[in-house]
Formats: sequence, C-alpha cells, structure tokens
Amino acid sequence: MADHVLDHPTTTGLDNRKLGMWAFLASDCMFFGALIAGYMVSRNRSVVGPYPGDILNIPFTSLSSFVLLMSSLAMVLALSAIQRGKIHLFRVWVVTTALLGLIFLGGQIYEFTEFKHAGLGISTNLFGSSFFVLTGIHGTHVALGVIWLLSLFYGSFKKGLVTKSSSLNVEIAGLYWHFVDIVWIIIFTVVYLLPY
Amino acid sequence: MAMRAIARPSQVGAVHETTLTEPTGLWSWITTVDHKRIGIMYLFLSIFYLFVGGIEASLLRVQLAKPSNSFVSADTFNQLFTMHGTTMIFLALMPMSAAFFNYLVPLMIGARDVAFPRLNAFSWWVLLFGSIVINLGWFTGGAPNAGWFSYANLTSSAFSPGHNVDWWVLGVQILGLSSLATSFNMIVTIINMRAPGMTLMRMPPFVWMTLITAVLIVMAFPALTVGVTFLMFDRFFSTNFFVPEAGGSPLLWQHLFWVFGHPEVYILILPAFGIVSEIVPVFSRKPLFGYSAVIFSGIAIAVLGFSVWAHHMFTVGMGPVPTSVFGLTTMLIALPTGVKIFNWTFTMWGGHLSLKSPMLFMIGMISMFIIGGLSGVMHASPPVDAQQQDSYFVVAHFHYVLFGGSLFGLMGAMYYWFPKMAGKMFHEGLAKAHFFFMFVGFNLVFMPMHWVGLEGMPRRIYTYDESTGWGGWNLFISLGLFVLVFGFILFTVNMLLSLATGEKAPADPWDSDTLEWSIPSPPPFYNFAHIPTVLTRVPLWTEKYPDVYGTGEHGQSTDAERMHNIYPVDEPAETGFHMPNASIYPLILAVGITIGFLGLLINPVVIVLGAAIAFIGVFGWILQPAVGDGTSHDEPVAAAPATRSAK
Repeated sequence: MADHVLDHPTTTGLDNRKLGMWAFLASDCMFFGALIAGYMVSRNRSVVGPYPGDILNIPFTSLSSFVLLMSSLAMVLALSAIQRGKIHLFRVWVVTTALLGLIFLGGQIYEFTEFKHAGLGISTNLFGSSFFVLTGIHGTHVALGVIWLLSLFYGSFKKGLVTKSSSLNVEIAGLYWHFVDIVWIIIFTVVYLLPY
Repeated sequence: MAMRAIARPSQVGAVHETTLTEPTGLWSWITTVDHKRIGIMYLFLSIFYLFVGGIEASLLRVQLAKPSNSFVSADTFNQLFTMHGTTMIFLALMPMSAAFFNYLVPLMIGARDVAFPRLNAFSWWVLLFGSIVINLGWFTGGAPNAGWFSYANLTSSAFSPGHNVDWWVLGVQILGLSSLATSFNMIVTIINMRAPGMTLMRMPPFVWMTLITAVLIVMAFPALTVGVTFLMFDRFFSTNFFVPEAGGSPLLWQHLFWVFGHPEVYILILPAFGIVSEIVPVFSRKPLFGYSAVIFSGIAIAVLGFSVWAHHMFTVGMGPVPTSVFGLTTMLIALPTGVKIFNWTFTMWGGHLSLKSPMLFMIGMISMFIIGGLSGVMHASPPVDAQQQDSYFVVAHFHYVLFGGSLFGLMGAMYYWFPKMAGKMFHEGLAKAHFFFMFVGFNLVFMPMHWVGLEGMPRRIYTYDESTGWGGWNLFISLGLFVLVFGFILFTVNMLLSLATGEKAPADPWDSDTLEWSIPSPPPFYNFAHIPTVLTRVPLWTEKYPDVYGTGEHGQSTDAERMHNIYPVDEPAETGFHMPNASIYPLILAVGITIGFLGLLINPVVIVLGAAIAFIGVFGWILQPAVGDGTSHDEPVAAAPATRSAK
C-alpha cells in the first residue's frame, strides 16, 4: 500500500499515507458534522409516530456503545503489539477489535429489526428517516473498518505485509477506527441521550 | 557563478537523450500514474466539456434571442440551463484547474510525482465516469432539469417524477469522490514532497492557491455529499428529509448546498488567482509585489468563505440578525480579494510589461474580475440583493467572476504552459486574436445582462413577452455570442495547428522564475534528473540573475559547500530513483464505484456487482507494489555524473 515515491524523506518527516489519512479524517469530520446537523434540524419534527421516546432502548445501546469503545482499547493493544514485533499478540488483538466491532454491528442489526417490528421504517416518519440514515452510515463506516482489520489479520500471515517495520499500516487503520468510535460517542449523545 | 543551483536545461537534455523512453501506446495511457499524463487527460476532458457547456449555452441564447420564441420547449430549456451550469462548474472549470494542479504542482515544488500517483489516476477515471453518468439523462429521456443547485423540494419525487434529477444525484455523488481524492493528494503532495529548501513561504503562489483550494474542497464537499445523500434517500428510499408534509425542511437543503456552494466559488477562482500571481510577474519582469499579502489574503478568503454562505439565501427570510451577519461577512471578504487586485496592479506598476498573449489574458482576468467583484459587493447588501435575487443581474455577476475571472485565468494558463506541456510553441498572432474576440465577445454577451436584469428580467425563464421590452438587449446578447464563439474557434485552431506544426519549444520560452522551466519541454517522465535545491522564491531567476535575485549568501559559501547543498553527498547520485508503477486498479475501482451507484437505478444486484468489482480494485491496488524496484529506471543514474560535472 506504500503508494508514494520513496526517494526522499518527506518534508515534514511524516509518512505520506499518515498525512493523507489525517486529511481524509478532516473531511470525514465535516461529513459527519453535516450529517449530525441534518439530524438535529430534523429532530422532534416528526408528525406521526413512533417517536424516539416510544422506541429507543437506551440500556441496550449503552451496552453496545461500551463494546465499541472497548474495541478502541483492543486496537491500541494491537498496534502496541505489532510495534514491538509480537505478531501473535497482534493477531489476537486485531481479531478482538474486529469481533467487538462485529458485536456492535450485530447490536445495530438487532436494533433496526426491533424498530421495524415496532412499526418504524426508514420512510415512516422524519425520525425514522434521519435515524436510519445517520446510524446506518456510521454502521457502514464500522463495517468497512472491520473488513480493513480482518484484511490486516489476513495480511499478517503473508510475508512482509504486516510486520514491525510496516506497523504504520496498522497505525493508519487505528486512526480510522478510533475516529469512527469517537463519532459514535457524539451520535449516541445526540440520538439517544439528549431528551426529546 | 561557477555552480548552478539548478541543473540547466542543456545539462538535463544530455540526461534525457540517454534515458529509457517512457512507455507509449493506449494501454500505457490507461494504466498511467504519471501526473503529467493525468494532467493532460484532465485538460482534454475539461476542454471537451467546456465546449459541451458552451453548446448548451448557445442553445439557450438562440431560444432567448427574440420574444415568445419556440426554438426549444420549456422542459428542454430547463435541462439546458441545469446542465450548462453543472457542466461548466463540475466538468469544465474544476477539472481544468485540476489539470494544472496535476501537471504543475509536482514540477513547481521539485518532486517526481504526486504523493499518491494511483489515487491520482483514480480521480481522473472517477471524473470521467461521473461526467458520463450525469450526462446519461440526455440519452434516456431527460437530463437533470432542477437547476444546478437543485433546490428542494422541487427535486422531490412528487415534483420531479422522472429520472432527470436521479442522474444529477448520482453524477454529483461520483464527481465529489474525484474532487476529494485529488484534494487529499494535493494537500499531502504540497506539504510533504517539496524539494530541499522550498519552505512554505518560498512556494510559488500557484502552489499555495492549490493547497488552499484543496483544503476548501476537503472541508466543503462533505456538506454537498450529505445534502445529496439525503436527497438520494428521499428519492430512492422514500425518506422525508425534504418533505414538508412530514416535517422535513427544504431549507436544510439550501443550507447544506450553500455551505458547499459558496466555498465552491472560491474553489473555482483561487486557482485563477494563483495563475495570475505566476504569470503577471514573469511578463512584468518583477517578482510578485507583496508575496506574503497574496498568500495570507488567499488564506483569509478561504476562512471567510465558510462564513458567507447564507448570502445566497437572503430572500428566504432568516430574520434580521443572521441576514445582517451574513451581509457583513460578505462585505468583509471583499477586503482580501481587493488586496490581491492591488498586488497584481503594483506588480505591473513600473515593470517592463511584455504584452504577450498569456499576459493579455491576465489583464483581462483582473479587469473583468473587478467588475464581477464590484457587483458582488452590491449583493452583500440584503435590501439590494432582494431586488436582484434571481434576476439576470445575478447571471451577469457570476459570469464576470467565473468566466471573466476563472476562465480568462485558465485560458491564459493554457497559453503560458502550452510550450511546457506540448513541447511546441503556439501561434502568438492567433492567440492574441483569440483574446481579442473572447474579451470583446464576453463583454457584448454579459454586460447587457446587468441592464436586462435591472429591468427585471428573471433567470431561468424559457421565454418572455414582447411587451417587457427585453427583446432588444436579448437579441444583442445572442448576437454577441457569435463573437465569443469565434474566439473559441480560433483557440481550437491554434491548439490543433500548434500541436501539429508548432516549432519546438525551448525549456524556458518566457524567461520564467519557477522550477518547471528548468527542465526540458516537454519534461522527461521522471521530471528532474536531480532534485533541485531551492534558495529563494524565484529559484530560476536566482539562477539566471544572481546579481539581482541572489540569496545574499552568494560569495560567502565556497563552491564546494554550494555543491554539497545542491547534490548532498549523503544521498549518493540520485539513488536509482524509483518511479511509480503503472496500474490498472484505479480504473477497476472507479468502474466498480460507478456501477454500484448506477445499481440504485437498475437493481440491487447491480450494487452488489459494483461493490465486488470495487473490492477487487481495492485489494489489487493494495497488493500491487506502488513503486518499481528501480532496475528498469537506472539509466538516468548512469548519466548523472555527466550532469554533475557540467558547468
């Protein structure tokens, strides 16, 4: 993935890919910022039910949020392991991170199905539209992250792809993963915790 | 002056002749990751769409030439003005700017390519496919017809039942990816890939404006993506974001659109500002007056550009406080813009002006942009704006900044860098004639629009009654268009003729000050045989005129020290530099993404197919080594010692 011309050390000393990742995250910040703003504008404006108060299961989502936040811890440990060259430990933690991400996604699928049974679809009312689009797009980010982490796990069995000297591959995935987690904290607050 | 800060063109020429020839043939262009080739591909695509947008505009003018005309139907007229705006902004001006970003930035900062060459190729393919998707409506029953800013809830399924708006939604989504990818690339390239000695405040102003534009795109495009995503869900999955009956807010669209849309104006004009700041000094034989002021006012424009979006929405009734605030910030942004105008004027003041064609375009750009800027300040006043909203006065205003400003700048750039890109000189007489017809024609077409606008003629009406009295000026405008079109015919003839029969261009035909002129025209595929060391803001002038533009340390350091500075010994002989590998995966990924989006219109199975192709693209991309092992490009290294010993 080293997609740059490696002739010279970079001007800043930072790796191009890392800088590129930060530029992407800046953009993604604005993306989620606009998305959340759109949710806030649409908040409490549904004209028919079910309304958020009738349907949100805050204890359940708190639990799955906790799982997602713990995945960030696992991610840190995975990076630390590969930086010390401990490839087996890295595999353990990277799979743990992906699994925790998958549990979160499973929780989201369960939640979406429950809402569907309770009569809330994406086109039922404005709450349904804004809720499913916002959390769905975040879930898509998590899903892409899980695929990325599993690819790193797979890559760790290939020669030279994920090693101590190429730990930057893991670090960049970590940047993305932590960002997606942080965004969830804001979404969880805005969607679940702020009183309607 | 025994030693040269930069390898002279003649020296590099020696390397060039002994170098492996770069790959040729169609396949090498399809898989290319060379920023120069991609820049040229951008240029051709943008010129093509400039003509497409021009033809659309011509059809609009034929329809409006006389009252109660029936040359095109109302619906066709709607499609034409929607696609004229969309095409000119997303497919002509932005890609033309991107063409120069791609071609020039690595050359100007002394790099061998951009930071992510394959991502660069991806940007172009996505642009190509996005441009096709957004135009598919012409062949499938109706092009987008809701205006280039597609206001909700006209775009709801209830009011736009056909597929017209769907094409716009899908096209804009795909095109946004292209702009974002280019911007990530440019940001990293400019921050991270500069030649030794090229500090931020030694960067050519065009590189600075590219950086600022890229940051603007990175920050502004997500708002558009979100707005279009909401619209996409509204249209394809019956959500309620912009449906007032369900509590949705059509105003949300306007905010999201203009949070993107106003920075977009600066995304379109800042590259032209950079171009003017490069070309005016060269043809005035003086360095840019107040370099720092030009850079910092560019940054100020970018920052303020995010605080003025609601001036597009004064008439929606936001209340006195927001209206006043946005009116004030809009007036404020005129200040840094005015600073730049003064800088260019003072650069010319007292200079030895050489009125060659690129310079004529720059003078045209500055003067036309002043007119557009002044009518822009008028709109900053909400009561005045309320009178002018949606009238031809506004049409006149934004054509003076985008055509008179951006396009004049880009056309000048086309001539200025044509010798570098093509390796051929163009016909100066034809170029001057092009400028003359374009300048006169432009004013014949757009100046009277101010007057019909003030007389009350609204935008986007497909016809008008004779009793309005607008017929005279409208005929005048439509006839003026012929002059303008003739100018572009001259441009095309000049380009084709010069490509075929132009005399060979020297490395530095304009006696310029930036690094791209230090290497042959056209540049070898590896750009620089030796990465130059930059000592001043005008590296090539420092090199050519050390007595005037020397570093002050001249004479203080020994030749040996200077030599070390130029070719550091700890980096022995340009260590068999590795050029990036050609790659097919950017194309595959772009195809996958495009098919995936089209699946929304066709069948969910197609979405899965697109995702699968994109998946193959991503993994092929990751697993393919980015750079060669160096063995195939060793010859420049072998030739390097000859260059080093040359005096």
